Amino acid sequence: MHWVKNRVLAVLVLSGLVAALGLPFLTHAPNRLVAGIGIALVQLGKDTAAHPMEIWLTLLPAVLLVAAIFLRPTRAIQIIVYLAATFFLTGLAALAAHHATQLADQSGAIARTSLGAAFWLLAAFSWLAATDAMQRLAVRLLWRLLGAGFVIVPLGLMLATGAFNDLSLLKEYANRQDVFSAALGQHLQIVLASLLPALLIGVPLALASNRSLSLRTPLFAVLNVIQTVPSIALFALLMAPLALLAASVPVLAQLGIKGIGLAPAVIALTLYALLPVVRSTAAGLSQVPQPVIEAAQGMGLTARQIFWRVELPLALPVFLAGLRVATVQTIGMAVVAALIGAGGFGAIVFQGLLGGALDLVLLGVLPVVAMALAVDALLKTLSLALEPNVND
Amino acid sequence: MIELQHVCKAFNGLPVIDDLSLHIARGEFTVILGSSGSGKSTLLKMMNRLLEHDSGRILFAGEEIRSFRPEAIRRRMGYAIQSVGLFPHWSVEKNIATVPRLLKWPAERVHARVTELMTLLQLDAERYRKRYPHQLSGGQQQRVGVARALAGKPEVLLMDEPFGALDPVTRATLQLEIARIHKALGTTIVLVTHDIDEALSLATSIVLLDHGRIVQSGTPLQMLSNPANDFVTDFFGRNDVGIKLLGLQSVATRLRSGEHAGGEPVHASLSLRDAMSMFLVRRVDRLAVVDGECRALGTINFSDLLDLRP
Repeated sequence: MHWVKNRVLAVLVLSGLVAALGLPFLTHAPNRLVAGIGIALVQLGKDTAAHPMEIWLTLLPAVLLVAAIFLRPTRAIQIIVYLAATFFLTGLAALAAHHATQLADQSGAIARTSLGAAFWLLAAFSWLAATDAMQRLAVRLLWRLLGAGFVIVPLGLMLATGAFNDLSLLKEYANRQDVFSAALGQHLQIVLASLLPALLIGVPLALASNRSLSLRTPLFAVLNVIQTVPSIALFALLMAPLALLAASVPVLAQLGIKGIGLAPAVIALTLYALLPVVRSTAAGLSQVPQPVIEAAQGMGLTARQIFWRVELPLALPVFLAGLRVATVQTIGMAVVAALIGAGGFGAIVFQGLLGGALDLVLLGVLPVVAMALAVDALLKTLSLALEPNVND
Repeated sequence: MIELQHVCKAFNGLPVIDDLSLHIARGEFTVILGSSGSGKSTLLKMMNRLLEHDSGRILFAGEEIRSFRPEAIRRRMGYAIQSVGLFPHWSVEKNIATVPRLLKWPAERVHARVTELMTLLQLDAERYRKRYPHQLSGGQQQRVGVARALAGKPEVLLMDEPFGALDPVTRATLQLEIARIHKALGTTIVLVTHDIDEALSLATSIVLLDHGRIVQSGTPLQMLSNPANDFVTDFFGRNDVGIKLLGLQSVATRLRSGEHAGGEPVHASLSLRDAMSMFLVRRVDRLAVVDGECRALGTINFSDLLDLRP
């Protein structure tokens, strides 16, 4: 196998080939409720006359990717692999959208065309190939973000111009546009309402624990125990006391606090977010080198100046990493909060699960994933921007 | 400049500094010498109130140091430590400017001061001022550390084993550097070390500390030629005390002016220790001596070394 120069790419291309040949690329059903018939990728060319642009947009990058397996992975080759993989991904989406439109024209409005397993796997494999190439290129974050634009911009344009509108996913969206917007608002509300108190409680707690060891041990013990309680169990545990509280203190009930809904969800998610916030703040502060603090004292900085000018900036990257974990975790866990009536994208997910409508589940899951990735990238950029520029 | 009167300090009931009195005169280069656990670092940190003394009085420029705010007194004293403790998120320039900025100097004066200090410590100001500490070698970091300690024009410079973590060559260079700075600026310097040779070569006054008490203090020559007791003799090394004494004096002190000798001449500023090595290597008993401009001054004889005058 010595002629294989890029093993990662070889594995991905091979797996992609198996997926493309063995699994349906699209599934087509006469209506939303019945199981669809799988359409393989090779079938697409036979059944309908594909638009030449989409064919080239997938075929050419695919050939390039196969060729790159056998070429020494230089920087130029890695750039080509990255571009080929992203164009392949865009091409797949365009191909799927194009065929969905053709099928819709043939079989009427209630027929559903969904993205099949082969599409998702090929998309995932090409994304992995792109990530791997980007990693090997070891370029700065700015370039990575620009690179991500190669996928986000064309897909976003296609989405905006309605190219995907005949896919089942978008039809579900069209049917539930109001529900979707409301879910987005609720989801953001749950996340912010949980993170803000977690920061307001967590950061002072961490500062205090950094000063006194007798607080640190019990604090982390409690937070660790909270983290081990499953989220559904914690929601359930909070329902009874909150219902009792609302019943006995009418003012609270008027404020909307009751056994189900937003209140228990926000309390539980705040508790979960506390551990990463407190741990990262405390870790950030404790990794500030002792000699640096001693030197700062020795030169006559006051305790306040040492905190703001030395400890805080040096602890910030670790703190931001913790905040990233807390935010991504809260965005994900907020889905489960729909079970106790807090709303958000979880409501759409569970509706889809109960109704057996996979596209509805995806409609709830995809924005959650996108939200988590966006926040992750944002905070990563922020923490990198704060680090001193070492390339000068 | 700094006066300690019957100072005591204990950690958890264990005395570290025991009824210690000491006067550090203006312009002196005082080296506090002692083995680890002798209390030498504690002594230094009490001077800028990083540690508070339990009893006794410490005076700075004639005033009890507790009458100042700790920050105020620290800004009047430079402070350099072994691990340097540069702020990793600040450039060299910003690190050096720490105290001037605390003292609210105008920006152009700070800028000029940074350039001046970097030049004094032989760091290329244009090349290094925007660098970050992790981009510097250990020796360069320590130079920045010393520059930072000197930046606010301190009346006293406190140094806690500043060259302890450096390799021997870099250490020797920086020792020469700090001796030169002391001569040039006349700053009062208090340096803590356990390195006997460092103490002998830098100090104008040595304070030998053991178990929180001063065993003996005096000039390096006094310490070597008039040890107060066996501890001092043992500390400086019973066997090579003669060699160390030779190291403290220069060829100029034994010069026979007007005489002539052949062979490669030696500089009058050479230490007698190096001159002895020269005699042995060249297998001669007489060396020609010249001054800095290579003008013949006279000779030195091997037998002159035996005249170990304090």
